[in-house]
Amino acid sequence: MKFTLSWLKEHLATDASIDAIVETMTMTGLEVEGVENAGEKLGAFTVARIISAAKHPNADKLQVCQVETKLGNLEIVCGAPNARAGLVTAFAPIGTYIPGSGITLEPKPVRGVVSNGMLCSGAELELDTDADGILELDPELKVGTPLAEALGLNDPVIDIEVTPNRPDWLGVAGIARDLAAAGVGKQTTKPVLPVPGRYPSPQKVATEDTHACPMFAGRFIRGVKNGPSPVWLQQRLRAIGQKPITALVDITNLITHDRARPLHVYDAAKLNGVVRARMGKEGESFKALNGNVYNVTPAMCVIADDERVLGLGGVIGGEYSGVSETTTDILVECAYFDTTITHQTGRALTLTTDAQYRFARGVDSGFVVPGLELATRMILDLCGGEPSEIMVAGDLPPPPKAIFFDPDRVRQLAGIDVKPTRVRAVLKDLGFETSAEGQGSKRIIVEPPTWRRDVEGGADLVEEVARIEGFDKLPNNEPPRANGFRAPPASVGESRTRLARRAAASLGYNEAITWSFCSRAQAEAFGGGGEDMLVANPIASELDCMRPTALPHLLAAAQKNADRGFDDARLFEAGPAYANTNDGGQQRTLAAVWRARPSRHWRAAPQPDIFDAKRDVLMILEAIGAPVASLQTFSDAPAHWRPGRTGALKLGPKVIAYYGEIHPRTLKAIGVEAPALAFEIFLDALPAPRAKGARAKSPLEKLDLQPLTRDFAFIVDDKVTAQDVVRAAIGADKALITDVNLFDVYRGERKQAGKKSLAIEVTLQPKEKTLTDAEIEAASAKIVSAVMKATGGMLRG
Amino acid sequence: MICMGRTFRKDWDATHTTMFHQIEGLVIDETTSMADLKSVLTAALKAYFEVDDVKLRFRPHHFPFTEPSAEVDVGCDRSGGTLKIGTGDDWLEILGCGMVHPNVLRNCGIDPEKYQGYAFGMGIDRLAMLKYGMPDLRDLFANDTRWLKHYGFSPFLLPGLAQGVG
Repeated sequence: MKFTLSWLKEHLATDASIDAIVETMTMTGLEVEGVENAGEKLGAFTVARIISAAKHPNADKLQVCQVETKLGNLEIVCGAPNARAGLVTAFAPIGTYIPGSGITLEPKPVRGVVSNGMLCSGAELELDTDADGILELDPELKVGTPLAEALGLNDPVIDIEVTPNRPDWLGVAGIARDLAAAGVGKQTTKPVLPVPGRYPSPQKVATEDTHACPMFAGRFIRGVKNGPSPVWLQQRLRAIGQKPITALVDITNLITHDRARPLHVYDAAKLNGVVRARMGKEGESFKALNGNVYNVTPAMCVIADDERVLGLGGVIGGEYSGVSETTTDILVECAYFDTTITHQTGRALTLTTDAQYRFARGVDSGFVVPGLELATRMILDLCGGEPSEIMVAGDLPPPPKAIFFDPDRVRQLAGIDVKPTRVRAVLKDLGFETSAEGQGSKRIIVEPPTWRRDVEGGADLVEEVARIEGFDKLPNNEPPRANGFRAPPASVGESRTRLARRAAASLGYNEAITWSFCSRAQAEAFGGGGEDMLVANPIASELDCMRPTALPHLLAAAQKNADRGFDDARLFEAGPAYANTNDGGQQRTLAAVWRARPSRHWRAAPQPDIFDAKRDVLMILEAIGAPVASLQTFSDAPAHWRPGRTGALKLGPKVIAYYGEIHPRTLKAIGVEAPALAFEIFLDALPAPRAKGARAKSPLEKLDLQPLTRDFAFIVDDKVTAQDVVRAAIGADKALITDVNLFDVYRGERKQAGKKSLAIEVTLQPKEKTLTDAEIEAASAKIVSAVMKATGGMLRG
Repeated sequence: MICMGRTFRKDWDATHTTMFHQIEGLVIDETTSMADLKSVLTAALKAYFEVDDVKLRFRPHHFPFTEPSAEVDVGCDRSGGTLKIGTGDDWLEILGCGMVHPNVLRNCGIDPEKYQGYAFGMGIDRLAMLKYGMPDLRDLFANDTRWLKHYGFSPFLLPGLAQGVG
């Protein structure tokens, strides 16, 4: 919403500076987007008159003009075809910067004739796009008048963002009301005086759908003379970016911005039968004033006569019945349209007009007939004509409900002390009627004005008083400080994530944050991309699906870093993964990728491998308190992991982590070049920590006796895992065996095909007395038989 | 009650990303007023920016779930193409807040005649951007290792009342 300072001052008597006005607007809730002074860049330009124009001696298309300027009479070369004696136009002296062409004028001869300045077109001044001729100004203007003043552009234009609850701020009068209430001046909006009708209207109006259009008021005016509107009106509209059309149209546009009251004018000669508001019918269409043809649906409110759809009610008029310079008889429409239907029509057609914007937010139900009277008055003043009586179809909605309000609510809710008399005064300034409830009651009865349908209860009234008093009056209370926490401030999932994040960072991974969305193709490459995971309203096609894992983004980020020449990336992200739309379908995960530059260190392995990934996973799991000793290792993983170079850690049936290499096919699908290690930990799959109270640790058992170790080697089938052997051994004597570790894998020439040798070290911890040889032998025998039974292997000879 | 997490919107420019992180707070009791809201946010933001005389402005606004509603602006200096908090005559919006709308309380089965309180929400990405003078919000999501190393913190630096957020 834009308006000029001088326009505001027609509704507000004030001496306040533009800065003070803007500051008050901001602090009462009117968000000022900017203040523009279009006149500033026109500072050097003035009005001049051409005395004579003669053909240039050396050029066909140029003229040499004698021009009366504020610097005296000057000779100026001009190429415009409309340069002629008597023309009043815009003059720029030597040294002026011409905004439209980007040049600064120098005193240099044009084909042998020195030009002492320049006469300018609208395009050169960036006023419009007209480059065909120089400006043609009002011949009454005095030579030397600043151009900004002559064009009415020396008037600051204020641009505000209006919140949806305040449609009354979509008119200058409504803004003046709030500024006056906030103490910036006195509102001087003139009351609307009715214009008596001289005859019954020959043109009937009706509303056939009182939900979509509760009220339709119309007035016939005959014998008008339409044409360009007066200069002041054109300037006012131009200043706020509106294009002047004809007086009749300009009047409706002015009232739209002045009173937030859209109107429409029909050429009565084009109308057939009753003009009515009704719902559209399937198959109907019409050509609108913007040149587009719109198909109407039964969800839209149209204005139609007996023959055709004339326009969309409250949205846009039709070309057929629009007024032109030859129009003599008119119908002026001033109606009240439903907010929701207008809003939905605008959305369905992606069409926002000044009228639609206002009706969708709600216009003042108390200003239907007055709006029509105001328009009549202006039409009679500018176009003449003879008005009929006003016709009104339908009924107005009831006024907003009265609110019983205790003025002390302002102190209770906002924390500002405001006297009850002041509360009432503020509300009155904003147009609310207040009266005492009666004897013995502190409450007052507040009736909101018809333009404030957003006000429904006491809290709204508190806001009105608080914002007019000013939020800077809110006292500063000492904030309470909690004495520690009774409950843990973070949930289990949150603390786990926090610990996992710190553990990963301390292992040398950098924390990344990537989108929760990805492309459907990326999702599909990582086992996701189901129909239910698509985003309804994505910002871009590459972000149209909820991600099944953070891995594709991390791999892409590593690739991007490599493309920049930083090919040593270790990235992790602690964030959500989205499996499905069920409860629990969103999981906390920690995903990481490690894309290593080949090491040149003489003692290092050239590349990290799956065991490095496994080590990092286990270190992170250890850090977050996961039962690492109970985890089992498997080699199966989803299809985006590379078979044979991937591991899965499980706790019972639950997968706690995958680690290893991403499948080359998957990398190719998402455009990543080099192989990368990765892992993904499913934090929510871990069991909940033991309940409070059970957290106390059991006493430490410090044994005096030394542990001893024994080594065993087993020949087993290739498919037997080290884990199988270790678990069997550890289970052989739970009281005595405290640790089992694999230390060698051997596939030598002497072994049979399909077999391997696994060597383990078993730690025995005696508790009461030193073990005898016989006891050690017995334990060894138990270990051997347990392993042989579990794996089908045999002790290596 | 305070909570934080990922939030999403359909927006994309230097100060808006399609995904960002929001911290939201809510207090409901019988007496908490807008003055308390202002005081708590003022104290929290001063602590966060680590600037004692950080200028804050509470400006009336409209949100559907609060009444009265306000936006908070922080005083800043935008001259020279950079953004500095704590000096200058410019303002930058950083958060929205207000007194919880009676309809919200009612819909939660809480009597708005008896109980009242405030709510606020702010984007921590934008706040981080302001504190550290980062010019483009999108950099926070670009995962350039040079950027991550430059703006990153030690994993052993724990936030707390004693040493702040680092």
